[in-house]
Amino acid sequence: MSAATGYNFGYLDEDTKRMIRRALLKAVAIPGHQVPFGSREMPLPYGWGTGGIQVTASVIGPADRLKVIDQGADDTTNAVSIRRFFARVAGVETTERTAEASIIQTRHRIPETTLREGQILVYQVPMPEPLFRLEPRVAETKRMHALADYGLMHVKLYEDIARHGHVAISYNYPVMVNGRYLMSPSPIPAFDNPKMHRNPALQLFGAGREKRIYAVPPYTEVRSLDFEDHPFEPVRARAGCALCGSRESYLDEVVTDDAGGRIFVCSDTDYCQGRQARQEAAE
Amino acid sequence: MMPAMRATLAAGFAEPVLDAQACFRAALEAMARPGRVQRVAAPPEAPPPLGGAAAALLLTLADADTPVWLDAGPEAEAWARFHAGCPIAAAPGEAAFLLAAGPMPPLASLAAGSEEEPHRSATLILQVAALAEGEGWRLSGPGIEREHRLRVEGLPPGFAADWAANQARFPQGVDLFLCAGDRLAALPRTTHLAAG
Repeated sequence: MSAATGYNFGYLDEDTKRMIRRALLKAVAIPGHQVPFGSREMPLPYGWGTGGIQVTASVIGPADRLKVIDQGADDTTNAVSIRRFFARVAGVETTERTAEASIIQTRHRIPETTLREGQILVYQVPMPEPLFRLEPRVAETKRMHALADYGLMHVKLYEDIARHGHVAISYNYPVMVNGRYLMSPSPIPAFDNPKMHRNPALQLFGAGREKRIYAVPPYTEVRSLDFEDHPFEPVRARAGCALCGSRESYLDEVVTDDAGGRIFVCSDTDYCQGRQARQEAAE
Repeated sequence: MMPAMRATLAAGFAEPVLDAQACFRAALEAMARPGRVQRVAAPPEAPPPLGGAAAALLLTLADADTPVWLDAGPEAEAWARFHAGCPIAAAPGEAAFLLAAGPMPPLASLAAGSEEEPHRSATLILQVAALAEGEGWRLSGPGIEREHRLRVEGLPPGFAADWAANQARFPQGVDLFLCAGDRLAALPRTTHLAAG
């Protein structure tokens, strides 16, 4: 598909791209640290991935192949519209296959297929500050990050254990990056947190409304916060996928009728379809 | 005081949008994988002593928001000012980007950011004689699976100590691009250097 005329390559103007690119380089140099940037108004509202789109627009080139997922799916409204957006304003090839993509923009999942060197994973982030529910003042949270003072979050985890017997966070589970910065992994399920640890791909995070960019370089230590006697445990539905039978992937629960019927299916559509295709080929 | 300047400026990027994007990706990949050498495919025609990669980085990253310090003479300054639109910083400590073609300014004299805002720190673009992967220093840190090796020729003798001090200031500190011709490698402040 050729690029639409009347737009700069990738929609953003060159001044904006340069500003975002400078922020990205500093974000990579300081893993997990939130770098402020001048978030622009985009042709879709805040909350639809404007941060991720601005990061992708600043990174993408004509040789790239873009995949966009929304909760693991390639075929939902947000994913389809962002993919079409870049096909129009950058003229890039798009794909639904994780292995074929050079840039993967994601809302709230990490693909099941293992990423490799050379791939860039761009997260859409609604709230970049992991401490915001515990400390609403930005000036205070900046200070806490400067001092690496994360006691408040440990107290929150401890209170969860005291009340519920386990840490009651199933998504957006806070992580420590490179042993220094507490970071929000964006609202990915805690199940996906271990995939961030020493991932060969470069992980970039964009929060459009909150105007923050941060990053995790490849092969960087990313630890989910926990206690020695209450180690972190990723949560997964105790079932197999109704379509491909996978017992390793992250599952969505789908209600099938109004009589209590339900099935579990893979949240990652590319992974699920790939498995189904291989099973059919084997039969 | 000025040597005779050419009547016309050297050109910038042939394709400003796409060449800057390609250069940025090389810079991002270099910063994300310290010690891996990247090539800038289409560097601008830069006035000497600016090399292709260093000049490309300057055009890709600097603009009116970033004071630039360079030691490459009035022709290079005029070139940078025209193509990047960047103000020229009077002292190294005031610059967001520094391009050193001659002696390296001491890292401790450059902006290192604050504890709360370590990103407000300088990026030093240093021209060196040669870069070679697979020999020399042993690099470790974020972006490196086990160990990358990099040999850099043309660094001042006290560089290793200077860098260790820079690394010890984390999260504050200076980030470094090393450029030789149209090739570049990066050392973010997290990278640990051990003698090879």
